[in-house]
Amino acid sequence: MTADDRGDRSISTLPEGLWTQPTPSVPVDLGDDPVRRQVVPASMRYDYTPGLASTRFLRGLAEKRFLGERCPETGEVYIPPRGVSPVSGLPTTEQVEVGPKATITSFCVVHIGFGFNAPPTPFVSALFLPDGAAVSLYGTMGEVSHDQVRIGMRVEPVWVDDDQLTESMENIRYWRPIDEPDVPAEQLKGHM
Amino acid sequence: MAGNRVAVVGVGQTKYAAVRDDVSLPGLLREAVFRALDDAHMTMDDIDAVVVGKAPDFFEGMMMPESYLAEALGAVGKPLFRVHTAGSVGGSTALVAATHVQSGVHDRVLTIGWQQQSVSEAMWALSFPIPFQQQLVAGAGGYFAPFIREYIRRSNAPDHIGIQVALKDRLNALKNPYAHLHEPDITFESIEESFMLWEPIRYSETCPGSDGAIALVLASEDAAEAAAASSGVPPAWIHGTAMRSEPATASGRDQVNPDAGKECAADVYAQAGITDPRRQVDVVEMYVPFSWYEPMWLENLGFAPEGEGWKLTEDGVTQMTGDLPVNCSGGVLSTNPIGASGMIRFGEAALQVRGQAGDHQVDGARVAVGHAYGGAAQFYAMWVVGSEKP
Repeated sequence: MTADDRGDRSISTLPEGLWTQPTPSVPVDLGDDPVRRQVVPASMRYDYTPGLASTRFLRGLAEKRFLGERCPETGEVYIPPRGVSPVSGLPTTEQVEVGPKATITSFCVVHIGFGFNAPPTPFVSALFLPDGAAVSLYGTMGEVSHDQVRIGMRVEPVWVDDDQLTESMENIRYWRPIDEPDVPAEQLKGHM
Repeated sequence: MAGNRVAVVGVGQTKYAAVRDDVSLPGLLREAVFRALDDAHMTMDDIDAVVVGKAPDFFEGMMMPESYLAEALGAVGKPLFRVHTAGSVGGSTALVAATHVQSGVHDRVLTIGWQQQSVSEAMWALSFPIPFQQQLVAGAGGYFAPFIREYIRRSNAPDHIGIQVALKDRLNALKNPYAHLHEPDITFESIEESFMLWEPIRYSETCPGSDGAIALVLASEDAAEAAAASSGVPPAWIHGTAMRSEPATASGRDQVNPDAGKECAADVYAQAGITDPRRQVDVVEMYVPFSWYEPMWLENLGFAPEGEGWKLTEDGVTQMTGDLPVNCSGGVLSTNPIGASGMIRFGEAALQVRGQAGDHQVDGARVAVGHAYGGAAQFYAMWVVGSEKP
């Protein structure tokens, strides 16, 4: 198929007058196939220092608990805590346990699989607002068909086995529905 | 608007494509820079300073490429300044370039935005593993789709709105020879039947990944008039510039209709003397990477009341034949070199008021808005350009 067949009106990618190529002093036959792409694998390993607020959060996760921190000005609880309120800019000094029950604030159904540890498709990627928290956590849904998931649905985390617990969000295998009435969506605005 | 007058006198774009391996990165940049200088009737020697923006280095695997690219950017021996604001960077970069002139420090500033999405995996780069951030398992689409779902819930917009936006933008792209996607056979049905990626976002309602660059030449009043006299093409005068940001995660934050976007629009309209954007703006280039962001931003930018942006789309108002054409270039939905995408919106707005948009020109366009957003819908950049001096 030519460019014209695709409706792709041709424009020069090399505007006239842009290039003046001197005659090579050492002749090299470029032929019709110059070197175009070379694959250069790269990887990085980080040694990450979480800091005090994150340490408290991670230690809590190892005990299957969600530890957030309260903004001293608005009283709202942030999770995961960063040690500072993004609204007031003030240090968060009070630790507050939230959840583990939560409410879905919104979600999407993912039909393409990529990323680290992505589950089989289709799966539901959702925002989960733990009870008592002011912002949502990311996660995936399990034990429910993707077409049954709703904004406002009540859920709980399903944790890895106790002998697998680490200081990581990966302790949550997924979230699953619980038998409680949905939360009205209007109450969730501003907490996604 | 504070400071001295400033205008766009040169716009240069590369042909955008999924893979531009026919040129090196310096070659790609020269293609855009050459065209912008040619448009402005200037050479590198005329340029006082260079301001660049690109995608985060992690997307392309190369740290601080602007240093080794100094020759291609025309920056040898000149001030070179780089801006970082994620997806909005192209817009923010143009605004920083404008301040170089508004301040009176420089008369002719070259600004460039670029990205080669093909060289690495932006989607993967956005899906950092734990513990740097909460795990985002499905890239940008997986991030934004829940907010689109919430928009649809609140507004009761019908499913076909997103399809209509995608169809409009892809058909507009056929009129823009630089656009990446040229799909003459696209139809409402083909979009509707395209693969559901991140429900409610379909494949054909999603931006592509593109390689490409755009360059603009900004000039002070005297320099702009001189350039226009030489080239015979009128400048696009900048009537207002605004940037806003907000935290990615904060209680009370509404990602469906973010405060930072509303405040950015209010500021730029106030500078430009716009009190009724729907009536006073002739054409808009807004950053729409997923089709549903057209109605969402129509509301966020004050073109429609909250919950009613989709009605403008449905009624054809945003078509090239409507009274508020949006993304006549084909938009981000047809071309997305992320680091350049914001500046392409700004440059296309300038082309419209200069009467230089070719087959996608809106007749008689006098006032145009360029808009970009980035990050977790948290960075905003806008400008208003006009055919008349402010």
